[in-house]
Amino acid sequence: MTILSFTLILLCGAFMAGLLGSLTGLGGGVVIIPLLTLVFHADIRYAIGTALVASIATSSGSASAYVKEGITNIRLGMFLEIATTTGAVVGALLAVYMPTNVVAIIFGLVLIFSSLMSFRKKVEFTAGKDDSKAAEQLRLNGSYPSAGGIVDYKVHHVPGGYLMMTFAGVMSGLLGIGSGALKVLAMDNIMRIPFKVSTTTSNFMIGVTAAASAVVYLQRGYISPGLCMPVVLGVLAGAFAGSRLLARANVKWLRIVFSVVIGLLALQMIYNGVTGKL
Amino acid sequence: MKQVLSKYFRDKDVQQLIGKQLRIGVIVSSIIVFIGGVIYLVRHGHEQPSYADFTGVREGLTSLPGIWQGVMENKGMNIIQLGIVLLIATPIIRIAFSVIAFLVEKDFLYVGITLLVLGIILFSMLGGIAG
Repeated sequence: MTILSFTLILLCGAFMAGLLGSLTGLGGGVVIIPLLTLVFHADIRYAIGTALVASIATSSGSASAYVKEGITNIRLGMFLEIATTTGAVVGALLAVYMPTNVVAIIFGLVLIFSSLMSFRKKVEFTAGKDDSKAAEQLRLNGSYPSAGGIVDYKVHHVPGGYLMMTFAGVMSGLLGIGSGALKVLAMDNIMRIPFKVSTTTSNFMIGVTAAASAVVYLQRGYISPGLCMPVVLGVLAGAFAGSRLLARANVKWLRIVFSVVIGLLALQMIYNGVTGKL
Repeated sequence: MKQVLSKYFRDKDVQQLIGKQLRIGVIVSSIIVFIGGVIYLVRHGHEQPSYADFTGVREGLTSLPGIWQGVMENKGMNIIQLGIVLLIATPIIRIAFSVIAFLVEKDFLYVGITLLVLGIILFSMLGGIAG
């Protein structure tokens, strides 16, 4: 296979990844690593560098739309970015000492967790009595516009959420993914903020978190222009097409199919990691 | 009430600016990546790709001066890498913008928090942890 055909096939693959990632809300970066390692037989270190760049692209691209609508809680995002960027730097440091097959196994486990998360029944938490003092002092409580007027909400359990975000950052730095599922988990289940706000704020944070470790990976030579070029252009075009289709598509079945595919890819990654093929 | 409203609108302006900056960053870097990609494919499209063994990318693609030197020589790979660097810089520039935005709002707590985030990223970039 020549570089030309390799690039064109990868471009199509990345387009599909971006399209499905944005339709199902799982993000485009999550499929890039199995796509590159299992289908294109690239070394996992190149795959990690490429996926990081892809998640910066999709996060910045879609965050611009959400920020405009005023749903993103910028203060909450900024405060939690202290946790995620610290974690990302630690993750990028760990990656040097971690054997690649162990990275593949951890990646597989996070992937399975992410796909299970997308099936989770969404229960909206209503503001409880346990108002967090820290949230008050850090001015994290916010409001967002909805059809029925401005909705106020409060942020809970700030230390727990911060800890979970640090973990999400480590995973992001180690595996080269946005780890959006972990971020949403921290904000929904621990900090109890509305879904609309947690999803968009998580997306807003992914780019910054990924950039913190991408600057390390760039210097280590993980970020290869030959791979990044088709992947970034493909994922961006796919995510854009996905956001256009989203209003019309019935995503329920799509999400199930995509999650099953991701689950199988994850098992394959774990298998290859255990047998030392990655 | 008037105060609350004016605060809401100022926040809104800042958010609009940040949204615009993110979009411009993504668009400009994709255009540069695309241009570099065309040059790279025209020159090297017939060669064989080799990503199976990790050797790290070639010299000149891992630092800003090296990337820029290759861009001056019209190397496709370096032009792509320039676009990638710009893409990585987009959220970092967004942080720098936010510092100014919080400063305008006189929210000094968040000026501090945002500077801390910026500091962590700069440490990651310049702290020699790439090994």
